[in-house]
Amino acid sequence: MFQNRVAITGMGIVSSIGNTVEENLKSLLKSKNGISPIINFKTRHLHDIKVGEILKTNAQLATFLKLPKDHNYSRTALLGCIAAKQAVAKAKIKDISLHRTGLISSTSVGGMDMTERHFKKFHENKNSSKFISSHYASDSTEKIADQLGITQYITTISTACSSAANAIMLGTRLIKTGQLDRVIVGGTDALSKFTINGFKTLLILSDTDCAPFDADRKGLNLGEAAAYLILESDAIVDEGNKEVLAYVEGYGNANDAFHQTASSDNGEGAYLAMRKALDVANIQPEQIDYINVHGTATPNNDLSEGIAMKRIFGERVPDFSSTKAFTGHALAAAGAIEGVFSILALQNQVMFPNLNFQTSIPELKIIPITKVINKPLKYVLSNSFGFGGNCSTLIFSKGK
Amino acid sequence: MKNNLNIVAYCSIKNHVVALNGIPLITKDHDLTFSEFSKEVYKELKMDYSKFFKMDDQCKLAILISEILFNHIKIDSKNKENIAIVLSNRSASLNTDRKYQETISNKENYYPSPAVFVYTLPNITIGEICIKHKIKGENVFFVSEAFNATLLKQYASCLFQNKKSKQILCGWIDFDDDQYQAFLYLVSEHGNRKFNQKSIKKIYNENIWMH
Amino acid sequence: MDALKQELKKNIIEQLNLEDFTVEDILDDDPLFGDGLGLDSIDALELIVLLDKDYGIKLTDPIEGKIVFKSIEVLANYITENRTK
Repeated sequence: MFQNRVAITGMGIVSSIGNTVEENLKSLLKSKNGISPIINFKTRHLHDIKVGEILKTNAQLATFLKLPKDHNYSRTALLGCIAAKQAVAKAKIKDISLHRTGLISSTSVGGMDMTERHFKKFHENKNSSKFISSHYASDSTEKIADQLGITQYITTISTACSSAANAIMLGTRLIKTGQLDRVIVGGTDALSKFTINGFKTLLILSDTDCAPFDADRKGLNLGEAAAYLILESDAIVDEGNKEVLAYVEGYGNANDAFHQTASSDNGEGAYLAMRKALDVANIQPEQIDYINVHGTATPNNDLSEGIAMKRIFGERVPDFSSTKAFTGHALAAAGAIEGVFSILALQNQVMFPNLNFQTSIPELKIIPITKVINKPLKYVLSNSFGFGGNCSTLIFSKGK
Repeated sequence: MKNNLNIVAYCSIKNHVVALNGIPLITKDHDLTFSEFSKEVYKELKMDYSKFFKMDDQCKLAILISEILFNHIKIDSKNKENIAIVLSNRSASLNTDRKYQETISNKENYYPSPAVFVYTLPNITIGEICIKHKIKGENVFFVSEAFNATLLKQYASCLFQNKKSKQILCGWIDFDDDQYQAFLYLVSEHGNRKFNQKSIKKIYNENIWMH
Repeated sequence: MDALKQELKKNIIEQLNLEDFTVEDILDDDPLFGDGLGLDSIDALELIVLLDKDYGIKLTDPIEGKIVFKSIEVLANYITENRTK
């Protein structure tokens, strides 16, 4: 049967502001960010960047997952497994094989964190060469599927920073069209030298805590995180009389068709993505109560996204904030962590602050939420835009 | 899932042979490097797109194959704008990842290249196609071990059924260590090849074995 | 100075893969961005790397880059004044 919206019955997250959903909520409500100088590995950029880092070593994460000593999990896979397992536990799934279940996981960096450490010893050392097979982006997905016992449908999406939003979109569609009954969707990305150096060369990393949508924003803080949602069909929800945390109500994806990395001046891709999501949800722009913006704090993104928002909402832009000043930008995981935050907003009827904001961008004159504000929320919109012009929007609605 | 979709046209590039609808269109000497090969095809297509030469090899491959397909199928700009793109490959952006890694691996000669870094994501390949052809429809990039006709078919059908796009550009564009393979097809209500897993697999294999 | 300009033109063509240009095509006061050579923001970043690699000049502010990369003439003057290698 074709259903209009898809229920979210579980979620899990590990980010620089907490190792569980509850810890993340606590940090958000206390305006406590997770941005600091990097400590898990050495980089020549130590003093010029700040990151949203998960303060656990790979060994600690592996112990937590009870992995054998000779495992070849990359950090990306370790984080992904932990967050996905939380989500499954939260959805109270006992036997995952009872329903047609899929896993759609996204990553941009894959196993690069291990490759860059072991690359030079690949040919001589067994402890290094075991990481060759964990380099591929799809390896982290396979590892999560192994941990959860999912065999039916497994796929990996890599569309840069909109990846996880696209995973959520695809999972929703697979349920809507009756191809699967349950899909675990989300993303995982670990920090690596590769990523840090790359963003550094693009001159878009800030040496201070990032300030999204501020006139004087200097760039982004990179982050690492993993987050997953459990999407389930109405049939499973009804049968198990399950708690619904929220619904995926709308989604849209469009290409900006402007530049490999830069967003267009008129925010066309972002505009089209939001427009499509509103159409799928079949609601009017004024029904959106809160926006979790992409808001990376780069000069280019925030201006372009703001212009797109004004094109959709006119002068009455809804309350909005970027939570990237809390977590840093976790790239392929961003859409999923902000999905979790959007759901937390709906569950708790609260909007989270856009930290470090002082002055509005002159071209936009729009001001984000800067403190924790309680308000009745029915629809929350979340944006995720990626390099390659890939723009995605999700709309979540309140659960039952 | 039932649908009335057809394959309008398909194109492949492998082993320095470019084929359109299964018929070889351009054949070049096997001894050429990919860079030489791609430049010759670019010239033969009489393209005037200087950005081409700044791209990584995977994007060059994507630009050439999409150019050939869109030269063959004339679509007005309004309809072109709404095309959705569903691509896949095995290596993500591994070829360029390696090149970038080289620019940051030597402490004495440490000059990370931004122009290389921007290509270390597979979906930049889609982005380049979109920029060249002014396509703004939905797009997604799957990374999997082998060409998955079923996944691409389902995704395209779903986009069509949900009225997201009337035309969907699908395929496999993979580049790793000078081994490359590209296969692209456009799906819509028009065209004379029935669109299903079997037909996709058939033309995919025909393209592979032909070379 | 002329030798430096020639060298710059050659290196820019090579580094930025300007397939359609030769050293003779680039005039000293042609604008590098916009209509001139049609360079974009990634090319600007690549020029920053070139300055560092070949001349030991570290530019970190993209706005400063905009001024320095006005033309070959301006760039050559800047390099002459600031080079460390």
